[in-house]
Amino acid sequence: MTSSPVHDLECIDVSKKFGSVRAVDNVSFTIPSGSFFSILGPSGCGKTTLMRMIAGFEDPSNGDIKIKGKSVVETPPNKRNVKMVFQHLALFPMMNVYENIAYGLRCNGASKSEIEHRVRDVLDRIALPDVAHREIHQLSGGQKQRIAIARCMVLDPDVLLLDEPLGALDLKLREAMKIELKLLQHQFNTTFIYITHDQSEALVMSDHVAIMNEGQFEQIGTPQQLYHAPNTAFVAGFVGDSNRWSGTVAQAQGSDVKVETTAGLPLNCTLIGNNVPLVGEGVEIFVRPEFITVQRQLAKTDGDIDAGHNQLEGVIDSLLFNGANSRVLVRSQTNQLIEADVTLTGGTDDLKPGDAVHLIWHAQQTMCFRT
Amino acid sequence: MLQKDIKRLSLIMLFTPFALWIALLIIIPHLGMVVLSLREKVAPRVYEYGLGNYVDFMNEPIYWNTLLRTGSMSLLVTALALIIGFPIAYYIAKIAGYRTRGALFLLCLIPLWVSDLIRAFGWILLLRETGVVSSVLQWSGLIGEPIEFLYNDITVIVGLVYTVILFMIVPLVSTLDGMDESMVEAGYNLGGSGFTVLRRIIVPYAMPGIVSGCIVVFMLTAGSYLTPILLGGKNSSWFTEQIYEQFITRFNWESGAAFGFLLLAFTSLVVWLGLRLTGQTLANTVAKS
Ligand SMILES: Nc1ncnc2c1ncn2[C@@H]1O[C@H](COP(=O)(O)OP(=O)(O)OP(=O)(O)O)[C@@H](O)[C@H]1O
Ligand SMILES: [Mg+2]
Repeated sequence: MTSSPVHDLECIDVSKKFGSVRAVDNVSFTIPSGSFFSILGPSGCGKTTLMRMIAGFEDPSNGDIKIKGKSVVETPPNKRNVKMVFQHLALFPMMNVYENIAYGLRCNGASKSEIEHRVRDVLDRIALPDVAHREIHQLSGGQKQRIAIARCMVLDPDVLLLDEPLGALDLKLREAMKIELKLLQHQFNTTFIYITHDQSEALVMSDHVAIMNEGQFEQIGTPQQLYHAPNTAFVAGFVGDSNRWSGTVAQAQGSDVKVETTAGLPLNCTLIGNNVPLVGEGVEIFVRPEFITVQRQLAKTDGDIDAGHNQLEGVIDSLLFNGANSRVLVRSQTNQLIEADVTLTGGTDDLKPGDAVHLIWHAQQTMCFRT
Repeated sequence: MLQKDIKRLSLIMLFTPFALWIALLIIIPHLGMVVLSLREKVAPRVYEYGLGNYVDFMNEPIYWNTLLRTGSMSLLVTALALIIGFPIAYYIAKIAGYRTRGALFLLCLIPLWVSDLIRAFGWILLLRETGVVSSVLQWSGLIGEPIEFLYNDITVIVGLVYTVILFMIVPLVSTLDGMDESMVEAGYNLGGSGFTVLRRIIVPYAMPGIVSGCIVVFMLTAGSYLTPILLGGKNSSWFTEQIYEQFITRFNWESGAAFGFLLLAFTSLVVWLGLRLTGQTLANTVAKS
């Protein structure tokens, strides 16, 4: 106990079975104090189940959950110092804002003057000092969100759990709340565990992200690690956009692998993982659109392309204009569509559908995974 | 223009049956009752208007004692129906699975298939001196002599609770059904004990259903006739029995009308007090349940 630092939350081999369904399957992780940790995964992968076990609403089938170093598996939910912001917030409609926030303090037996003081304090901190006597239905979506967080934070929890709390908001408010949540987390300096299936939420806000799939954690890391160095094909495909092909190995030398895609395209790839594949084995290939350079096919020859690169000829099929994030869809000679990021200036020089182009990208940015 | 006329016409057509019903079946009979209750017989076929019937009621302790007794027993029945009905309603709405819920709800409705009268006779078959309960107890040797379970207040109350509890369960189920489970979980998560969650979250949330259930049950009980008479016998001293006696036995319609009106006024007063005490309004009760 004295040697290892105490983590706010520690899950050790936690599993949950519903009948024959393994909703959560041997998940282990630790979360250092004061960090923003996200669990990102597709719908139905077991995120809510994991969260409910931490909060105490479900008992794990096996494994242990420790909060501040102490096992809480035997502790009932109302005795755990873990608070939860529910997906639909679950504010109490029959109480006003003040009563909603005071509820937890009353349960703890705080004195009247202390309650008054703490509620005012937390309302100031979430920058809503004047809403104390409003009814819940008189608040906007974003305000409700903040009240739901304040209601938990007023109790000084060790860990705050948030289950897709932005799911019910419209797009614009979501963007604003993303930044706000991050700021609130800084201000309260409490460990936040944030569940989402929206990757941009997870990447923008978190210090660490766990990618979950079918009840298991595929990878835990910083957003940069997950994006640039995914461990598995699932993570590469789930985080960020990619061009994705499957193919077979034509030649392998260490981590440099030559692959032929099913459409017959030869590619130079970098293998992820330790086991060098055999020739003829199947692989999955991922290339992010921003690593592909698009060049107009002019008189210039392609002789100066070195072996570490991939090059491809094609014709622009369509432009996907989205301001700074614009893309082109290029149809290759093998009749595949490839996405690539481009800068469109609005001038006459811009790429247009029908233009013949070269696509060039580095072999190091061509990730391949054994299937 | 045309659109407006059609709207107005349809409004009138929809409203007419309602207005007729209110006027013919509710307002006119009650006005008739009030007028009737204000008449006094001074000589054969000679009537005078005055408060004599109400004064008679006040001067005769048996009458207003019966009214108070009916009121307090009805309150007791209402409270019992609430205490027993709430867990049942909670189970049906929140704990039972989707399929069991329908079956349980249907089970609650089954007693309505049978008329009041038959149900009361059912109780009599069970509880009379030679009835099922008494015989079984005798057979098992728990009692030596046959016991008469009928004709006492407890039996009347049990019978009444049984008759009206359904009207408590239905509005409770419908309000509790709308309650988001995560609200209860939030109540626990924020540190509340089971009792706190019940008192501060579930009951306040179900309040509209509780109030409307209580109003219906109280009114039905106070106005019931068959169950108290059949299970309580001659001494049940239920106020409806007094009204019946005035109208039918004594053929004194004037005082019967006054009694009827007093029962209405008294129960309305109790309901109004109840609403005031729980801080509910009739409008939000009706809207939410
Ligand atoms: N009470 C339950 N009984 C049986 N199966 C359940 C129960 N709760 C969840 N499951 C199953 O466990 C799996 C994981 O569910 P969970 O709610 O944790 O998913 P999730 O990752 O939160 O999904 P979403 O993003 O859609 O909320 C699902 O396959 C679900 O059907
Ligand atoms: Mg979920």
